[in-house]
Amino acid sequence: MHIQLRFFAGIREALGTSQEALTLPDHVQTVGDVRAYLRERGGAWSEALAEGRALRIAYNHQMTDAATRIGDGGEVAFFPPVTGG
Amino acid sequence: MTIRVQTQDFDVGTELASLRAGDARVGAVVSFVGTVRDMNESATISEMELEHYPGMTEKALEDIVAQAKARWELFNALVIHRVGPLKPLDQIVLVAVTSAHRGAAFAACEFIMDYLKTQAPFWKKEQTPQGARWVDARSTDDQALAKWGIVSGKNGSPS
Repeated sequence: MHIQLRFFAGIREALGTSQEALTLPDHVQTVGDVRAYLRERGGAWSEALAEGRALRIAYNHQMTDAATRIGDGGEVAFFPPVTGG
Repeated sequence: MTIRVQTQDFDVGTELASLRAGDARVGAVVSFVGTVRDMNESATISEMELEHYPGMTEKALEDIVAQAKARWELFNALVIHRVGPLKPLDQIVLVAVTSAHRGAAFAACEFIMDYLKTQAPFWKKEQTPQGARWVDARSTDDQALAKWGIVSGKNGSPS
């Protein structure tokens, strides 16, 4: 399965990238799985995406939670709690 | 309903005039303007940068306004949010609504702002004498949303 990753604000800076196209192994099926899978890269990835860290996740432009299942061509975004307005 | 995400400034008078233009049902226009302060958490702010998530931002704002319209009888609504570099005194955001009576207009305007603060994908980075820093989300923003019966994190898991 192929997905698009997006990173914003402090997460983007910590990871040093704003987006990435990624091919996932079969066992990665939810946005929470994607987060865990990316943490396996270690370094900044395991730190920025650590469990318990204040993080918001969007799937296909909608705020969502870890249990949301992903589909081919989907877009998963990771970012800090928002501070607009 | 009008949603705009833009780098350029806006003129409140012009926007409010066009929001209610030709609509004689309107008896109340309520607006909120958010501006850049020169102080935050005891640091002097010389400049700020507003980042957003193009594509999602517009969708989130449309959803917020749609929820306000479902709760109150509004004739029209407008949200303008600026992005990019901003300085103290600059306008950041304009929310304006029209309705027959003030009650609905006051409530809807506040609701849209409270919702925007916790659900729309914008992030502020401040320039201080100690260097640049990302603004932390405030728990008071979640509390503001909670008074409308909405738990922040419902749509955005804090996990």
